[in-house]
Amino acid sequence: MERAVRHFQEELEALQVRLLEMGGLAEERVRAAIHGLVTRDSGVVEKVLRGDEPINELHIEIDNRCFTLLALHQPMATDLRAIVSAVKINTDLERVGDLAVNIAEAATRYAMHPPVKRLIDIPQMGDIAQAMLHDALDSFVRRDTRLAQQVLDQDDLLDGLKTQVFRELLTYMLHDPGTVEPALDLILISRHLERIGDHATNIAEDVIFMVSARDVRHHPPARS
Amino acid sequence: MSNPTTRVPSLAGVAARAGQPAVDQPPKIEADRLNFFYGDSRALQDISVRIQPNVVTAFIGPSGCGKSTFLRTLNRMNDIIPGTRVDGRVLIDGTDVYGAGIDVVALRQRVGMVFQKSNPFPKSIFENVAYGLRINGLAGSRSDLEGRVEQSLQHAALWDEVKDRLHDSALAMSGGQQQRLCIARALAVQPDILLMDEPASALDPIATQRIEELIYSLKNTYTIVIVTHNMQQAARVSDYTAFFWLGRLVEYDRTDKIFTNPGEKLTEDYVTGRFG
Repeated sequence: MERAVRHFQEELEALQVRLLEMGGLAEERVRAAIHGLVTRDSGVVEKVLRGDEPINELHIEIDNRCFTLLALHQPMATDLRAIVSAVKINTDLERVGDLAVNIAEAATRYAMHPPVKRLIDIPQMGDIAQAMLHDALDSFVRRDTRLAQQVLDQDDLLDGLKTQVFRELLTYMLHDPGTVEPALDLILISRHLERIGDHATNIAEDVIFMVSARDVRHHPPARS
Repeated sequence: MSNPTTRVPSLAGVAARAGQPAVDQPPKIEADRLNFFYGDSRALQDISVRIQPNVVTAFIGPSGCGKSTFLRTLNRMNDIIPGTRVDGRVLIDGTDVYGAGIDVVALRQRVGMVFQKSNPFPKSIFENVAYGLRINGLAGSRSDLEGRVEQSLQHAALWDEVKDRLHDSALAMSGGQQQRLCIARALAVQPDILLMDEPASALDPIATQRIEELIYSLKNTYTIVIVTHNMQQAARVSDYTAFFWLGRLVEYDRTDKIFTNPGEKLTEDYVTGRFG
């Protein structure tokens, strides 16, 4: 039997490799956008703004692979869940790529003003969001529902930081209206990072579904 | 249904699927305005098709559409049916198989065939594979014969299962094993082309999967044409698919195209199960 499914399994593995490549690109772009923001390095930011093409190409390629696999192999059970999950993960990763661009745009505007404050929480949010993305993809490769669950648990941390960033920047804006514009960009960036965490969460939920056929979406109590 | 227009796509410039040879090489098999008659009844109408070497091509279509008839014209298996007539040409490597001076036995050695129902001889496993080699004078020495039998059984993914019982009766094997034995028997005489007429329709899903995987592994060495009424099987195993309907070739294209975005409404209706 091991031999008998080789062809389809090869295609499935190729799909997984491409999805991981896409995940790596998305993760790297988030890292670069935050690095560009913190260091005020316009060159780095510019690269993020211009470099969306490889992700967009992979987005289409992966969708086509899934489409063809579904049409030609009529997968069942785990295989069916794996391909449906891949379609959804693909969309999440493409959105992460777009959010990295949004962060880079805000970083460009932010760099036109003097810094509002020393950035602490936002880089931390960036680290958490990247780690969540990384772990979500890792859980996908290893079919590891425990790791996927850890990603879900991290999301609250990111949401908490976003609220904290908002409250803190609000005090700056009230104190000095001149900071409103750059502070709003920081708030937007924290919002984008929180959304990246949401996409990582979606991926983790898909992994749990793919491995165990359990649907954990929209059921916070089931996370415990 | 209105008259379907026969559409033979130009394959040049079509992005090849992974692992597929370039499509601009000369065809292995070419039918040129082929018509076939059972008495007065025209079973195939003006079939023109170019089949690429070293790919799997599937013929699909409802019962009676002509797909098996067309397959059997490729190695002149229809010759043995009385009252039949062929008009048009079938070229294999550029030579018309209906031309003057064609040795039909030699043709069928080059163009092997596997049938729906496995038909091993009531002999041992070894003798089933050795038979074709012997009658074609390809046997050589005993060790040469044994080597060729082993190689054929290995190509048919059967060797590991039968190597310790080569001299048992072939009829004691399972249905799936018997069908792979028939494939080994066809491969033994070293054909270029393997025609398969519903090779898995009498098998259970696991034996079917093994045959399909075997087809996939053989395509690097052989040009394979398979007739199947199981559309999913065509989708899984083939690189190109030809859809036949009422004796006509309606559409012939890459399999992924046929099953995801066919060019003809009739093909779409068939692959989506709206008729047939």
